[in-house]
Amino acid sequence: MVPTKTDRDLRLDLFRGLALWLIFLDHIPSNAVSWVTIRNYGFSDATEIFVFISGYTVAFVYGRSMYLNGFLVAAARVLKRAWQIYVAHIFLFAIYLAEISYIAHSFENPLYSEEMGVLNFLNNPDVTIIQAMLLKFKPVNMDVLPLYIILLIGFAPFLWLLMRSPTTALLASGAIYSLSWLFEWNLPAWPQGVWVFNPFAWQFLFIFGAWCALGGAARLSRAINSPVTLTLAVLYLLFAFFISLTWHVPGLGAYVPTVVGELIYPIDKTNLDVLRILHFLALAVITVRLVPRDWPALKSPWFKPAILCGAHSLGIFCLGVFLSFAGHFVFTEVSNRVPVQILVSVAGIAIMAGAAWLISWYRTIERQGSGSGSGPKTQAAKPSLAGGDT
Amino acid sequence: MKWGRPLGRGIAVSACLAAMFLGPAASVHAGEPTECGVDGGPFAVAYPLNRVKKAVADKSLTILVVGAGSSQLPGPNGAANSYPSRMQQALSNKLPGVKVSVVTDVKSRRTAADMVKSLPAELAQARPALMLWQTATVDAMQAVDPDQFSQALDKGIKKARAAGADVMFINPQYSPRTESMIALGVYVENMRWVAVQQEVPVFDRFGLMKAWSDQGTFDFYSATKKLDMAERVHDCIGRLLADLVLEAAKPDLPTDGNK
Repeated sequence: MVPTKTDRDLRLDLFRGLALWLIFLDHIPSNAVSWVTIRNYGFSDATEIFVFISGYTVAFVYGRSMYLNGFLVAAARVLKRAWQIYVAHIFLFAIYLAEISYIAHSFENPLYSEEMGVLNFLNNPDVTIIQAMLLKFKPVNMDVLPLYIILLIGFAPFLWLLMRSPTTALLASGAIYSLSWLFEWNLPAWPQGVWVFNPFAWQFLFIFGAWCALGGAARLSRAINSPVTLTLAVLYLLFAFFISLTWHVPGLGAYVPTVVGELIYPIDKTNLDVLRILHFLALAVITVRLVPRDWPALKSPWFKPAILCGAHSLGIFCLGVFLSFAGHFVFTEVSNRVPVQILVSVAGIAIMAGAAWLISWYRTIERQGSGSGSGPKTQAAKPSLAGGDT
Repeated sequence: MKWGRPLGRGIAVSACLAAMFLGPAASVHAGEPTECGVDGGPFAVAYPLNRVKKAVADKSLTILVVGAGSSQLPGPNGAANSYPSRMQQALSNKLPGVKVSVVTDVKSRRTAADMVKSLPAELAQARPALMLWQTATVDAMQAVDPDQFSQALDKGIKKARAAGADVMFINPQYSPRTESMIALGVYVENMRWVAVQQEVPVFDRFGLMKAWSDQGTFDFYSATKKLDMAERVHDCIGRLLADLVLEAAKPDLPTDGNK
């Protein structure tokens, strides 16, 4: 399968941008605004959207590269991308260290002597920093980028297979997912435990996204557009919505039959529970129905901020993690009243959108700057410039 | 085998959801300083404590508190002001004629699995009717595998029951300053699942303290070296624990004002 060269599908950028905003809101602890995020209304959350769309765009960009330049070049580019994300992750870790070190010196309360022990790792940076660089020590909310890095490191062979036999590739991915559940595969974490996002499980959504990008979506279009699928998706979303209501209104729990509860709980995020995948798929089916690719509103200025954020997802994701640290910092140092929470949330999204605009402006002038001599060559060598990054 | 896990951990959802937000708020009663009170929230007490009920009838109630750092306070009066002692006092007041003793096995930086190791000796020595088990914070801080955490809880419950004790969980403290560093979520949830499966009541300290914070009862963001807020918090927790114990045990007392 060869990715067809068409205009960038703005829906991908739009929904990835929205997912980045939701991840930012969810990452600020005790944030009242996070009530608007989808994790409160069903089984899946913004992480699924981010991983799926990332798989889709990565396959789109590097699939073209593999078709034009061969396996070696495309694989090298994918690895370079993984390296960029690794550098971004370490940069975020440095910011995290700065925040933690500050808190360690500014906060004391005998009520929390136990909890403050979490800062003890500052006492042995020799071990901690090395473990962080090995991606084994991952502070809270810094699990997505390491997952992305591992997914990219393993991606090139999958891409090769996807372009020859998409079905085999998808089956192989599903097999790894199943085996990871059967044999409890996961990567080790430090000081103990396992990765919060199990790469062996989450790769399935990533590869599924890639499969869709390389022709799978077209193959599925009949199924997606059938009224039966739509009905099932709506019913499943309603079911998930009702179950999620019982998390917030325990009184409703009495209406959930015991046998249903036995089947669905616990809903495992680490290993990407099947219920979460189905919830994401149901959302996707309905979204594709409601938002056609040529929807005129996609070009409207209202969606521009989200689309820009989605188009520059790595930078904006990192900024979001930083801003959620900063938001929490405002809550602890200034005020945690609800108006402040709303202000911090809105300001954070505005900053993300502004930064995305800035990044695309930089890209434009860089492209103009290099346009004199090696313009077309640079363009061909960097397919990601065609419309944002992977 | 993880495929089997959802079924293996299967639970009665209705009961489970009733217990999900299980908390002591319903047991806040007149006669206590208003600062401990919490408004609203659908709270429920799910599971009876029959051994406690029997111990109260026998006029001698021994409670073993197993916990980590958040079950103690520093300073010379730390032991007297921390919640185990406050609970003992409150229970003694509410159960006239009953000898209430509280034994503690509290050391900071212990995971659930660490505590399980010392359980047999502690249980054999104290012979409690109730084991109050405060845990999960250190497991979250050390990012213990959540499955292993749940298994440790199961094991501890089994040991306590074999030794003739009821069990009640106390979940972590709400600590807004460290929220961006300690991911409590999955541990608090697993604790609830285990509690529902094993029919163990949970004292929802996290939800309670969050409600206090939201309602301005306490400012948990404040940085201080002084002990007064910590002492008041422990006092409230101790008294609310006593209420929850009585509510779950439903002892037959003429003077019982908790109905």
